Amino acid sequence: MTVMSYLGAIGAAQKEAMLADERVVIIGEDVEANVYGTTGGSGKSRASEGDFLQQFGRNRIRNTPISEEVIVGAAIGAAMTGLRPIVDLSYSSFLYMAMDQFVNQAAKNRYMFGGQASVPVVFRSAMFYGLNTGAHHSDRPYPMFMNVPGLKIVTPAYPSDAKGLLRTAVDSDDPVLIFEACVLWGSKEEVDENEYRIPFGVGRTLRTGTDATIVAVSGAVPEAVAAADALAEEGISVEVFDPRTLVPLDVEGILNAAAKTGRVVVADPAHRTCGAAAEISALVSEHVFDALKAPVRRVTTPDIQIPFSPALEKQLYPNRKSIADAVRASVGARPAGGNGSVSTPGADAEALSTGAAR
Amino acid sequence: MLRIRRFDERASKMVKRGAIPGTVHTSIGQEAQVVGACMALGDSDYMTGNHRSHGHPIGKGAPLGPLMAELVGKSDGVCKGKGGSLHLADFAVGSLGESGIVGGSIPIAVGAGLSSKVLDNGRVALAFFGDGAANQGNLYEGMNMSGVWKLPVIFLCENNQYALSTPAHTVTSGVIADRGAGFGMPGVRVENGQDVLAVYEAVAEAVRRARAGEGPSLVEIVTYRFNEHSEGLRLGVDYRNQDEKAEWVSKDPIVLFREELIRRGVATAEEMDALEADVLREVDEAVAFTDASPFPDPSVAFDDLYTDSKFAVHTYHSSSFGTLENVR
Ligand SMILES: Cc1ncc(C[n+]2csc(CCOP(=O)(O)OP(=O)(O)O)c2C)c(N)n1
Repeated sequence: MTVMSYLGAIGAAQKEAMLADERVVIIGEDVEANVYGTTGGSGKSRASEGDFLQQFGRNRIRNTPISEEVIVGAAIGAAMTGLRPIVDLSYSSFLYMAMDQFVNQAAKNRYMFGGQASVPVVFRSAMFYGLNTGAHHSDRPYPMFMNVPGLKIVTPAYPSDAKGLLRTAVDSDDPVLIFEACVLWGSKEEVDENEYRIPFGVGRTLRTGTDATIVAVSGAVPEAVAAADALAEEGISVEVFDPRTLVPLDVEGILNAAAKTGRVVVADPAHRTCGAAAEISALVSEHVFDALKAPVRRVTTPDIQIPFSPALEKQLYPNRKSIADAVRASVGARPAGGNGSVSTPGADAEALSTGAAR
Repeated sequence: MLRIRRFDERASKMVKRGAIPGTVHTSIGQEAQVVGACMALGDSDYMTGNHRSHGHPIGKGAPLGPLMAELVGKSDGVCKGKGGSLHLADFAVGSLGESGIVGGSIPIAVGAGLSSKVLDNGRVALAFFGDGAANQGNLYEGMNMSGVWKLPVIFLCENNQYALSTPAHTVTSGVIADRGAGFGMPGVRVENGQDVLAVYEAVAEAVRRARAGEGPSLVEIVTYRFNEHSEGLRLGVDYRNQDEKAEWVSKDPIVLFREELIRRGVATAEEMDALEADVLREVDEAVAFTDASPFPDPSVAFDDLYTDSKFAVHTYHSSSFGTLENVR
């Protein structure tokens, strides 16, 4: 085991994949210079072995023009004809430039050609929200892509997941989109430096609890864990579940975690309408309604473009406080600052009106 | 050329009497451009097409039966009935697929060229697209990327002079072939796109360049479609001048090539008649193959979405598939 950062774990997985299979190539803007930090090789290894460009050469490290549509389309065509590209799209807002290729080619080719094509390509992008980068660089667009059958959607929340899920993504014969939240980049974890893979569709239980369940996605996961820890001190026992991949979704894991406590809060940094939280909430209501003791609550980013000013932006994303408040409302306790865990019928309405259940 | 002509004529009839669902876009009149280009490619070379590309896999040597069955949506269709006329593909002959999205398959051909280059397998990728598609931005992203990476890609513009009802010159600034120069690649315009040998020669030179590692080329072929944009489509307005049309129909590439072959003594009129009869028989067989093929079982609707068959997003859609328990 080695302590790795989130970005370091991605770099390690990319390097493993490049070494393991000559068909793996990395395509993207500024990947030669390692501007986004995953094609450099980390610390010592970079000094001793050089960066990816030196190790793998220009045939396999492909620095591209700023042409997202053809980057994505060419990666699809290359995947259909024998390569296994990893595409670095840097900011996830840039995926929109290539929406046609994602939706009309990557997702559809295998199906509409009756299985003649397979499209083994990995698209990575980072969600730079929370860094005062304004509306053009702060998107969290994974739910849009959940709506496109044929794609697999991965949202790792920890370094170990980032590494293991990326290796599985490279092995996948279907197109995979990995969304990396930059709020997670600083996190560090003990990660196995040997090769390993984490299967898609299998979530991770981060805390076990009996009073309420938080299903959290991407950058909301560590916040949910922090909320659970804070709630434990108040005597509220919380289960935290991270599905890790949104397509395929660990429906069974979510339903089990939801039914176990009967109170569910879904925390998701994407927009509220038609978001991942909406889908997860609907599934819970559809399948384990009888086990529910309270309405499912969503803590999401409201349907708003991201403003630049830190004063405006900071409040928008799910955080440990808003998540904890939603759990308190769910179990009938007052929001923090109130008088403990007294259950009042008005608590839900109060939480809603204060925005705590957002 | 004859195979494409007779196949498309049959498809046109079938769509009119409802035997083919949806729409069909024929290459009738444009066969020289399709075949001249495909002849310049080797068996293992790649091609992508657009919405008007039945003829292209045929030009690459694909058998007619599975193509016809696909137009009807039968289970023995080349795409098992999932694609239809707009999304034909026959990977066995290097046809990586048409695109119902105008210009959509151009980046795919660029990617096929990229894989050829990285894997060093000597294959060439040719993207067919119309004069309408020539105004899509992805063409220029693709030409630039192919140019800087010297990819073995051929951008082939089938300039049939209309994008649906819109004359090319009213929406296209300058000459399409000239756009090659902006990306440092040859831009060749074949004015007589009804001459299959002229097309062949222009594309063969582009293929030679591609194989020699000299990079991509743009080839524009001037041609004409004899039928409507889409079979069955009746536009109230006469956007094409009848004299213009008659003049192009008088330059039928099949008639021209037949005369040429006879004039050069390559074949006699009788031999050409026999060939035509053979082709008609082949089309009849393709229709018989189609008739004999069953429609796909509705249960296969979810197959091929993902490579992993047990991976199915729909498994939890309880309304149509029962409860979670019994679908797992
Ligand atoms: C992106 C996109 N825009 C519009 C259409 C509708 N459409 C289908 S074919 C066509 C004309 C295309 O003209 P061209 O590329 O010259 O090909 P041609 O039909 O002449 O072979 C149009 C506008 C479409 N299918 N896709």
